[in-house]
Amino acid sequence: MQQFAQLFTALDQTTKTNAKVDAMVAYFEAAEDADRLWTVAILSHRRPKRTVKTTQLREWAAELSDIPLWLFEESYHIVGDLAETIALLLPPPEQKSERSLSEWIHFIRMLADCSDEQKAAAIREAWQGLTPAERFVFNKLITGGFRMGVSQKLMVRALAKFTGIEENVLAHRLMGNWHPDETTFDQLILSSNPLDDLSKPYPFYLAYALDVDFENLGTPAEWQAERKWDGIRGQIIIRGGEIFVWSRGEELVTDKFPEYHFLKEVLPDGTVLDGEILPFKDGQPLSFNVLQTRIGRKNVTKKVMEKAPLVFMAYDLLEWQGEDWRQRPLAERRNQLEQLVSSTPENDILLLSEVVEFGDWEQLAAERERSRELFSEGIMLKRLDSPYQTGRKRGDWWKWKVDPLVIDAVMIYAQRGHGRRANLYTDYTFAVWKGEELVPFTKAYSGLTDAEIRKVDAFVKKNTRERFGPVRSVKPELVFEIAFEGIQVSKRHKSGIALRFPRISRWRQDKPKEEANTLADLHALLTQYGLNNE
Amino acid sequence: MALLKFTKKGIYCPQADVYIDPWRPVPRALITHGHSDHARWGHDYYLCTHSAKPVIRYRLGQTINIESIEYGQDISINGVKVSFHPAGHIIGSAQIRLEYKGEIWVVSGDYKTEDDGLSEAFEPVRCHHFITESTFGLPVYRWKPQADIFAEINSWWQKNQEQGKVSLLTGYSLGKAQRLLDGLDTSIGRIYTHGAIENTNEVIRAQGIKLPDTTRINADTKPKDFIGQLVMAPPAAANSTWARRFKSVSVGMASGWMALRGARRRRSADRGFILSDHADWPGLNEAIKATGAENIYVTHGYTNIFSKWLNDQGFNAQIVETEFEGELAEINESENQEQTSEAKE
Repeated sequence: MQQFAQLFTALDQTTKTNAKVDAMVAYFEAAEDADRLWTVAILSHRRPKRTVKTTQLREWAAELSDIPLWLFEESYHIVGDLAETIALLLPPPEQKSERSLSEWIHFIRMLADCSDEQKAAAIREAWQGLTPAERFVFNKLITGGFRMGVSQKLMVRALAKFTGIEENVLAHRLMGNWHPDETTFDQLILSSNPLDDLSKPYPFYLAYALDVDFENLGTPAEWQAERKWDGIRGQIIIRGGEIFVWSRGEELVTDKFPEYHFLKEVLPDGTVLDGEILPFKDGQPLSFNVLQTRIGRKNVTKKVMEKAPLVFMAYDLLEWQGEDWRQRPLAERRNQLEQLVSSTPENDILLLSEVVEFGDWEQLAAERERSRELFSEGIMLKRLDSPYQTGRKRGDWWKWKVDPLVIDAVMIYAQRGHGRRANLYTDYTFAVWKGEELVPFTKAYSGLTDAEIRKVDAFVKKNTRERFGPVRSVKPELVFEIAFEGIQVSKRHKSGIALRFPRISRWRQDKPKEEANTLADLHALLTQYGLNNE
Repeated sequence: MALLKFTKKGIYCPQADVYIDPWRPVPRALITHGHSDHARWGHDYYLCTHSAKPVIRYRLGQTINIESIEYGQDISINGVKVSFHPAGHIIGSAQIRLEYKGEIWVVSGDYKTEDDGLSEAFEPVRCHHFITESTFGLPVYRWKPQADIFAEINSWWQKNQEQGKVSLLTGYSLGKAQRLLDGLDTSIGRIYTHGAIENTNEVIRAQGIKLPDTTRINADTKPKDFIGQLVMAPPAAANSTWARRFKSVSVGMASGWMALRGARRRRSADRGFILSDHADWPGLNEAIKATGAENIYVTHGYTNIFSKWLNDQGFNAQIVETEFEGELAEINESENQEQTSEAKE
């Protein structure tokens, strides 16, 4: 565990990517295969199942630290991270444990079958054998949500440096539904037969937001434009007579979407499609919320399917007749995709993402302005000769989202943040006017600079009216512009509306609170742009 | 009537007609130490310890009306017995004891219980009423011995030197900077200082305290001179244009706030060293116990939580709001912090 804790500390101590890669390479060189594999798993968001409740961890940690539970909870509010709070509070270790990372993970998983008393004793013993840095990572392994400041992409880069295998190849090998229990470092990373696994998806190609001038893009004729849809990016794989559906989060979600299952009968074997899992009815997309009602469900019943109808909006063809087509130009892939979709027997599930025709950039800008009325998020721009790349890359694909909707609102509550923002008041609740009253309508917490956050934090601390646990009500005074992507009716909120992706776009220091927007303004936006919830 | 009152101008003793660390101009002020949120402008008269005087004079101007006394020396002000006792916070820092008709109060100012070898070491003072800070009044704050921290700092410097990097170490110019200097291993290389720190160093050296040799950075210092060496600067300088002169640099920040990962990451420092001039959780609790006081007044910091804890422990504890900071001191990173208190944590 010491090695892994050291890796964590090294990654935590630097913001420079090269230093992070070096730390990972050094770790891979020194670690045992089993630990290497688990580290790759953790860094690609595969975690041991949670076997202990966090409420239990809090109680045991408070007890062992000899402080009352309320003081533990207060400390947790300020530290903002449970694993760290526990590591900071426990008394110094009594002995030294020699267990490795994978042995500790095994230890944690064995707790699943233990009684609460056995768990308490085991965790207590574990804590007493670990240094504070080791305790922190141990607690993180138990509680999940392990962020190490390393993206999967960066981990793959380190792994490539360590193994000498190309990054793209490694990224593909790491996709899919593998688990450290069922494979080995050799098998997963070093063996050269990734297609053994029929279900294995390709890494998604993701676009950056358009931030270059049109002059730098060349001529419109070099580009293909499509609408950008607000669903879940997905991949449909037809291999060996089976269908596999993957979401962008690298989750195998085949069972969640029975509507797609007939495609294995009508699409030829060796076909992989990239597209959008999109809630859709009567020729137009529905709110993303409709889709959310399905994601969490174990059983997708007929009723659920009826309430949340959906389509697969096909964007790209990645594999055709069993052959990897990603290096072929988009124009060729698109051509084949069009033929494929049009030759499928008539159905209302597999749709083709339409190409948006445009002769010049002004025309495309005008098309983008229509996005909201078409319930689209904006425009996707793809270079016609581009290959299908891996991960987020600049240059060939761009997303050009429609400008967000904005409203000026008054901050009325504040709460402490977590992680990097722990101990600062960074999470705010905003309100708009309804006559003389301020009605809360959204929370938002991103979009301010660190310097602005410190100023708002100071304001909160000086202008607190009441405290409700971690939340404070503050003197209504500060006005912020809130940007959001969509608006819809909500029965759960007092204001009667719910926003999609709300965030602070700027601090309106020029505006007195009286000039903030009203609830009527919000309802006007709802009437104009509200998405269909049914 | 109580011997001390908490007023809008600060802590006040009506019987002696003196204020302690007041934040508005008053006729007579007793000053615990030279940090600018304690020693403020505009009083008609200042009283502090001998070793605190030079810095206060340097910061507030040669023209102020200031007197100083020895630690432990008793003076009488209208029948109130007043004396100053070491607080261990920075050089010259004091707790102020006031006694009248058998009732004893101690105003701690800022304090730390670990002997840093440079400041006059903290001494517990028995009293009935104790006014304590609570900057780090949470059980998550537990300091390691300073020797361990200096070992970390020196090995960081050594490693940077091997990589041809400049080590830029930040700490407030009064207090933290001198303590850091005192702990640096000068066999590794040279120590350069930012002007704000060097000015304070000169004042402190002039009062007979020995600090390692340092070189003031000026317009003639060449970028290559810094390679492998250590530069000390106030925190605000590290993010300013001033710091652009260091090409390949590792930034280390020495502060108690570095105990929390969130705070470390927020500062974009390469390394955070957990070194504070305030008492940690065990330190606060021991210090309070050692006074024998029943009545504890909690200021500066996690006042709510710490006073609740003290009440649980059987003390009669209450919160005292400080005027300008309120809870800002809790995190010590308000915008005006460097101006109001370039020397604090």
